[in-house]
Amino acid sequence: MQEYAEFLMAYGPRFADGAVVTLQQAGLGTLLAVVVALTTGFMKISPILPVRWLGIAYIEVFRGTSLLVQLYWIFFVLPLFGLTLGKFTAGFLALGLNLGAYGAELVRGGVQSVPRGQYEAAIALGMGPFKRMRRIIFPQALLNMLPPWGNLLIELLKSTALVALISVSDLMFESKQINMTTFQSAQAFGTALIIYYVMARCIITPGMRWLERRLALKLSRG
Amino acid sequence: MFDWKWDFTIQILPRLLEATLNTLMAAGFGYLIALVVGLFFALAQRTPFRLLTVMVREFVEMIRSTPLILQIFFVFYVGPQFGVRLSPWTAGMTAIGLHYAAYLSEVYRAGLDSVPKGQWEACIALNLSVPRTYFKIIIPQAIPNIIPGLGNYLVGIFKDSPMLSVIGVTELFHVATAIGAETYRFLEPYTLVGAIFLAISLPAAMSIRRFEDWVRASLGMKKLYTKD
Repeated sequence: MQEYAEFLMAYGPRFADGAVVTLQQAGLGTLLAVVVALTTGFMKISPILPVRWLGIAYIEVFRGTSLLVQLYWIFFVLPLFGLTLGKFTAGFLALGLNLGAYGAELVRGGVQSVPRGQYEAAIALGMGPFKRMRRIIFPQALLNMLPPWGNLLIELLKSTALVALISVSDLMFESKQINMTTFQSAQAFGTALIIYYVMARCIITPGMRWLERRLALKLSRG
Repeated sequence: MFDWKWDFTIQILPRLLEATLNTLMAAGFGYLIALVVGLFFALAQRTPFRLLTVMVREFVEMIRSTPLILQIFFVFYVGPQFGVRLSPWTAGMTAIGLHYAAYLSEVYRAGLDSVPKGQWEACIALNLSVPRTYFKIIIPQAIPNIIPGLGNYLVGIFKDSPMLSVIGVTELFHVATAIGAETYRFLEPYTLVGAIFLAISLPAAMSIRRFEDWVRASLGMKKLYTKD
């Protein structure tokens, strides 16, 4: 116990630095994932066929290959096409593009889960397609898809660990470095495991619960 | 700018395909571990022993909300610290197997919970034994709800297998990285890896849906994806 306290005293700040980078990656990745999910999710249910195909192609390609492969492709192969990205940018870009494809399915499922009668009522009230989606369908869809989005965000947080492999100095990277200098693997990796767990349980889960409650209240179902 | 070399592609393809076999083996073997251990995780949470239930629940939650790659490092490096030396394959299979066992236990749990309460009550009323209740009544009804989840995670474990490369398991991604390091060409190896993954995971996902329908049909339920 004494030893572990000393270990934490010595390396705590580095864990903290890593955790901040992890949170930055997760935050930026989430923003991008939400944008990608909304765009491609709506593309997939678009009545215009080519748009729909494009959406489906995007979703299948990004869901069908590994995030790690996509990350390496963006970081090592894109420069060959003249597009060189910093490792930090490449990191959250891969995260957002990949998890966004998973999110697109949630958007599609959420929109399609809104009962048919809601569409008909909106049409009967003379609402155009955009107003219908914005005022009637999407708010209800959002409430339905929030719980699975909570799971997806935990997936995203976990996936940030992969950016360590292109040497973004996140929590995973720091714990690997600490392990290499101290050979105290249980302490180095164990501490990182606990920090990730606390982030998921104490930030994402309560955050999503709060969002759900807010939204349910706004739709006066609370 | 764009200089894809076909002769180089042909040259490295056999090595990549050979490594694909290793990837499939890793995914398959890890999945088998997950299927069995996951069942234990799920059943342990249904026992009346409160302490065991809570401990397994927390363990599953812990595994599910921390990165797989960190768990792989943990299993691989913590063993030697206490005198247990694991080969990359053993450590990798343990880590990925346990990780997916946690996910599969949730699938099992949800499947068992989805069977209506009346079925359980009817079994009690008919005085069926616990094994009979499970094997004759509950599990057959839970299976159609379990299969989509099981299938998704089979594809999932396949897509997560590149992470095993970080501790030196010679699967597809590891070989592609090695080729890149030898030849300083990353375009072809990494693009091929992506293509191979796509070529396996898309048909796999499709056949899982077909299988799901086949099971539903053979249990006399409505098909979801295919038509007769």
